[in-house]
Amino acid sequence: MALYSEKVMDHFLNPRNVGVIEDADGVGEVGNAKCGDIMKMYLKIDNDKISDVKFETFGCASAIASSSMATELIKGKSVDNAMELTNKAVAEALDGLPDYKMHCSVLAEEAIRSALDDYYKKKGIDHYDKL
Amino acid sequence: MKIYADNAATTKMSQAAIDTMLDCMNNIYGNPSSLYTIGQKAKERLEEAREDIAKLINAQPREIIFTSGGSEADNQAILSAAAVGKAKGRIKIVSTAIEHHAVLHTLKKLEKEGFEIVLLPVGSNGIVDVSDAEAAIDDNTCLVTVMTVNNEIGTIQPIKEIADICRSRNVTFHTDAVQAIGHMPIDVKELGVDMLSASAHKFHGPKGVGFLYVRKGVRLTNLIEGGAQERGKRAGTENVAGIAAMAEALSEAVDNIEYNKKHLTPIRDHLIKGLSEIPHSALNGDMDDRMCNNVNFSFEGIEGESLLILLDQKGISASSGSACTSGALDPSHVLLAIGRVHEVAHGSLRLSLGEDATLEEADYIINAVKEVVEYLRSFSPVWRDLVSGKKDFIL
Repeated sequence: MALYSEKVMDHFLNPRNVGVIEDADGVGEVGNAKCGDIMKMYLKIDNDKISDVKFETFGCASAIASSSMATELIKGKSVDNAMELTNKAVAEALDGLPDYKMHCSVLAEEAIRSALDDYYKKKGIDHYDKL
Repeated sequence: MKIYADNAATTKMSQAAIDTMLDCMNNIYGNPSSLYTIGQKAKERLEEAREDIAKLINAQPREIIFTSGGSEADNQAILSAAAVGKAKGRIKIVSTAIEHHAVLHTLKKLEKEGFEIVLLPVGSNGIVDVSDAEAAIDDNTCLVTVMTVNNEIGTIQPIKEIADICRSRNVTFHTDAVQAIGHMPIDVKELGVDMLSASAHKFHGPKGVGFLYVRKGVRLTNLIEGGAQERGKRAGTENVAGIAAMAEALSEAVDNIEYNKKHLTPIRDHLIKGLSEIPHSALNGDMDDRMCNNVNFSFEGIEGESLLILLDQKGISASSGSACTSGALDPSHVLLAIGRVHEVAHGSLRLSLGEDATLEEADYIINAVKEVVEYLRSFSPVWRDLVSGKKDFIL
């Protein structure tokens, strides 16, 4: 049995939305190098829609695949929809992750949330009122 | 190109070892403890293997106890010395911070039972200081256990010197020689060790079989009870086919030690030189007191598991000290012990060459690693911070 699903391998070997958005509306970074995983998400938001998203990740194959999948799941979605992204959705979209790699999908969820927080902060909106 | 460069994890069985194993399984199926001819044939085969192995390390046949492998041998040696020591009121054990987990976890267990465990540090070169060992040994010490060769960074430890001190202080000395035996000359008398662990699959023998050398006169307690096999020191019907194949593999390996060293050293050095060209990288472990087939590097700004999977895509099998490869939280205890910080220890790569490695393969590996490291750095936020000056380079 392979360590990772074909989907994980596909997103690791051909990661989608890799890179940086220089004039991003929201940037989030989670994790730390000491633990071996850092994810950084860049969001471009137009009319409450995620018009573009890019990521940079330092981490294992499942961390890179989780970042890639998370960007795909929120691209083109409304900000509210993106806010609802869960780690479970990321892991399921990847056809599952090994148990000890589930934290990679959690990091992806947190990275998106952190970038959205940054976006709201920049706009001066206290979005937690809405939740 | 397909390159298996993880020989410190396990080796491919030699054809002679496979042939020996098949011959035993086909023809020598009796139980060595049975008194009829078929059983006695198996007994003969078993004792031949014991004599062969003993001769190869300059021991007496009765000093060889067959086990299920290196981990069992380490467990039995340490737990036995601890029990013997405790009976005499001596409960201190001295070891090093870079031992295999078969040793470290056993010591941890003993610590919980009240033993005093001292793990000696190693220098940044990955070698333990003999004077540290000397200073740590006192009248309360019942055992010193230091590995012959480290499995991750290939450093060769000064075990003869430490064994000398132990002998003069009347303390039992054990060495985990799993990475050394069959790869460098081992003469137990010359080294002066009391106990030594070995595992067949590290020298082209089968998995699931190994041995413990126990010098005559050293008391040994059992790990496994239930029969009179191995002079009552290790119960269980002997794995005759595995043991015979182990003897065959060790004999071949010992014959090739000189040749392999001459052949592999320049290839290893070529690899080290080539990988050193990668910016912000560093060799882990000593350059000189190092196994001729071991290369271990850290690359800043990347994580080891991704590196391994991308190398696998290029046909290269290797390993890493990254936490992600083992499911652990911390990276390799060996890399941390030589002073590498977590960030750098996560980005490590171990290559352990097979005897048939070539310079051409080394070039292929160098190019592949360069490519993969550059690719992973291209979207690493850690690398971005380093390059932009937000953080300082460590390597």
